[in-house]
Amino acid sequence: MARKLLLENINVPGIHTFDVYRQNGGYRSVEKALKTMTPDAVVEEVKTSGLRGRGGAGFPTGMKWSFLAKPEGRERYLVCNADESEPGTFKDRFLMTHIPHLLIEGMIVASFALGAKTSYIYVRGEMMPQIRILERAIAEAKNAGFLGKNILGLGYDLELYVQPGGGAYICGEETALIESLEGKRGNPRIKPPFPAISGVWACPTVVNNVETIAAVVPIINDGGEEYAKIGNGRSTGTKLISASGNLKKPGVYEIELGVPVEEFIYSDEYCGGIANGKRLKAVVAGGSSVPILPANLILNTINGQPRLMSYESLSDGGFQSGSMLGSGGFIAFDEDQCIVRNTWNFSRFYHHESCGQCSPCREGTGWMEKVLHRLEYGHGKMSDIDLLVDVSKKIEGNTICPLGDAAAWPVASAIRHFRDEFEWHVNEPKEAVARNYGLAKYADPLPKLEEVVSS
Amino acid sequence: MSEKVKVTIDGITVEVEPGTSILNAARQIGGDIVPPAMCYYSKLEGSGGKCRTCLVKVSKGSEKDPRPMPKLVASCRTGVMDGMEVQNITSPEVIEARKGVVEILLINHPLDCPICDQAGECHLQDLSFEHGVGNSRYEFDRRTFEKIDIGEKIQLHMTRCILCYRCVYVANQITDNRMHGILGRGDASEISTYIEKAIENDFSGNVIDVCPVGALTDKTFRFKNRVWFTKPVDAHRDCPTCKGKVTLWYKGDEVLRVTGRKDQFGEVEDFICNTCRFETKNTSSWIIEGPRHIAQTSVISSNHYEFVPLPVIKENQVLIEANKIEFERATKI
Amino acid sequence: MLSVTEHKEIEFSSALIKQFDEIVTRYPQGKQKSALLPVLHLVQAEYGWVSPEAMDKVASYLQIKPIEVYEVATFYTMFFLRPQGKYVLEVCRTGPCCLVGAEKIMDHIEKTLGVKEGEITADGKFSWRGVECLAACGMAPVLQIGPDYTFYEHLTNESVDKLIETLKNKI
Repeated sequence: MARKLLLENINVPGIHTFDVYRQNGGYRSVEKALKTMTPDAVVEEVKTSGLRGRGGAGFPTGMKWSFLAKPEGRERYLVCNADESEPGTFKDRFLMTHIPHLLIEGMIVASFALGAKTSYIYVRGEMMPQIRILERAIAEAKNAGFLGKNILGLGYDLELYVQPGGGAYICGEETALIESLEGKRGNPRIKPPFPAISGVWACPTVVNNVETIAAVVPIINDGGEEYAKIGNGRSTGTKLISASGNLKKPGVYEIELGVPVEEFIYSDEYCGGIANGKRLKAVVAGGSSVPILPANLILNTINGQPRLMSYESLSDGGFQSGSMLGSGGFIAFDEDQCIVRNTWNFSRFYHHESCGQCSPCREGTGWMEKVLHRLEYGHGKMSDIDLLVDVSKKIEGNTICPLGDAAAWPVASAIRHFRDEFEWHVNEPKEAVARNYGLAKYADPLPKLEEVVSS
Repeated sequence: MSEKVKVTIDGITVEVEPGTSILNAARQIGGDIVPPAMCYYSKLEGSGGKCRTCLVKVSKGSEKDPRPMPKLVASCRTGVMDGMEVQNITSPEVIEARKGVVEILLINHPLDCPICDQAGECHLQDLSFEHGVGNSRYEFDRRTFEKIDIGEKIQLHMTRCILCYRCVYVANQITDNRMHGILGRGDASEISTYIEKAIENDFSGNVIDVCPVGALTDKTFRFKNRVWFTKPVDAHRDCPTCKGKVTLWYKGDEVLRVTGRKDQFGEVEDFICNTCRFETKNTSSWIIEGPRHIAQTSVISSNHYEFVPLPVIKENQVLIEANKIEFERATKI
Repeated sequence: MLSVTEHKEIEFSSALIKQFDEIVTRYPQGKQKSALLPVLHLVQAEYGWVSPEAMDKVASYLQIKPIEVYEVATFYTMFFLRPQGKYVLEVCRTGPCCLVGAEKIMDHIEKTLGVKEGEITADGKFSWRGVECLAACGMAPVLQIGPDYTFYEHLTNESVDKLIETLKNKI
């Protein structure tokens, strides 16, 4: 069994309550940090741990914290990003539902490290049940003296509030989230200034994902060095993976970064293989926005190495033959799935979720959706395929926020790896509406590197 | 005063105040290297960054940190650093990206220029002419909106809107009661009052001047004439509400429309009040200063209302002769 | 946009106002606009949708312009700008849910309720719509029902039938 840091006690009955959580070692990190450490020491510990943001971008958390401006006489804020909306990702929902105190414990320690006196957990509005769970947990923690004025009699004050979103994927982007927290439309801000200098109400602000905040707890309990020993290279620690799609056992798994992808899919400890005895066709490894890979390229890198569940290994090969760990939203497609249809579906998602502020994303996402719809429903033209690639390039990198890239990558990667299937939709439109393309060669072993080079 | 910083744009170096944006540094140089701007408006705080037409490549970040910036940046919202090197028209990547932005801005634009009052002074028209491609690859129905009436003076054509947000900034920053805003999301976003009502306050007419396209036009000028048949004349009056410095647009001796005085980048020098704009259309109310200078690239200046020979003609004997004939003919009419 | 012919004043109950008052204390002085989203959620829970009148009232409570409320309410998809059925079945229609049959579930709901997406059943009890990813892909297909946003996972035609039947009989 692999080591669990976040979900160790997930099966303990009543772990969502303060008392049971506390009996199982909960809130030790708050005591340790407030009693024996300075805020800077907490930041250093997180830096040592090598923890990288678990929301998708993978930016080193300790570094993000050390960028926070600390002007005299100005409030600083910590805002937890619980606006989990990336298709394929549901780990934060799981964590908040079953072990809410872990997040609250992490929030207290992180707020202490950053010198925040008021912190917010911005939860997507659809997660009303989780909002209630968190509010209850906050009340319990406050009752036990872990929140509010003079925490544990140690002179640190912290108020923690839950803020609901209103239904907008874009609010997962940190500056859009800040706008939303200010009661505005979720339009991402133009950077600079970065939130570390001017965030919520123009005050220095750190925005961190739920899982990132939760990971602070074991880091402070066991030390950053211990945390860094787990994992693989610059991918330290454990990661929650949300596994969905055509898997035997979809769900949230805590893995040590560096587990082979094959083991994750097929071993009984994790997903238990593909559902209904089917074969694997493709995987989106890190949430809908990362490049989709055919079965052969997700199991092995282009160099023939087994691919691992880590930031580095998943991105091995760049966009030509790799993908990204992203938020850990692992979506498996079996042989009966249609890549064109799924690409259209994702495209519709990004079109629906574009805030509309900058032109390439506002207009381009809709354009791509329409073309993909036409292809899926048998009215496509061969030139549509290159048109899609070109439109995706016109969006990628030219927008205010990463939603443009997130919309462009799935389209570009699907065409890069599954062009045959797209062409088949154009050549055999009637058949394409009636049946799926099937597995084709997408699970065939990769040609040896020498063959690739010589051809 | 703080020390100036040096920035090089397309090989031309200029010294500017620290904190200046790349776009404004380029405007200080002037000419072809000035990136086009559809949403940025120097007089409106917070504007810019949205249309992405002013994207440029920063090939050297600064003297201190010479690394290039990884992506193209919006020049209107990126500050210059000392020693920064920027490529605009010298970068094929920028030209390509801009072409893409133009195509994308046009896919849902109605292209109803023949019946659009903005035609001739439309920034999108100019942008497409200068940076676009001749054809569109978009083959779907263009977006439409339910029409709403926002009052007697201002005409809203939402289908033409490129969502630059300028009119929202105007309402926020120079009027005391913003009644319209951006509603909806994504490509369904629209300028609206939500519940149909007239936008009324002393300065509301300025949304017309800042609108880069024909989405907000002057109802009192609607279908009166094509702008290139009218002659702009600067004038002023003692106005209790605004500075009273305007441009009058004449056809014969009739004032068809009053606007703010727009500079070479299409920005007004001063915002004007609705009384000057909509209610004061007789010459006797104004003190005339002289013809308004309009850039030669504009179709408006092609009717030679300024009576100044084109500069290139000064050096060319043949053209000077030709121009004399043209000049005489124009003045005779 | 919206043409409103009749503009009826409404009054928020004192219980509702009390909840608003508590929410406003969560933010620094003068930043009460931050309460807008939570307040709109409460309004929708109370009235079933956010009417223009309610939005105007919210604006005056938060001391902001009405347009600032309209801008926000029309941006976020959770806010209903028109009256809905008593129970709005919101089915996730994004990729991972579709891999395991969300589209068939939507077809089934349409057939069972006899109304198209966005329409209300004759008895006023139900409407339904497809929504984007609800972040529950491992439990797909899923649907939620406001105002508590109760979650129904691993949907089948049978479980949907049962759910609709239960809601029908609920007073």
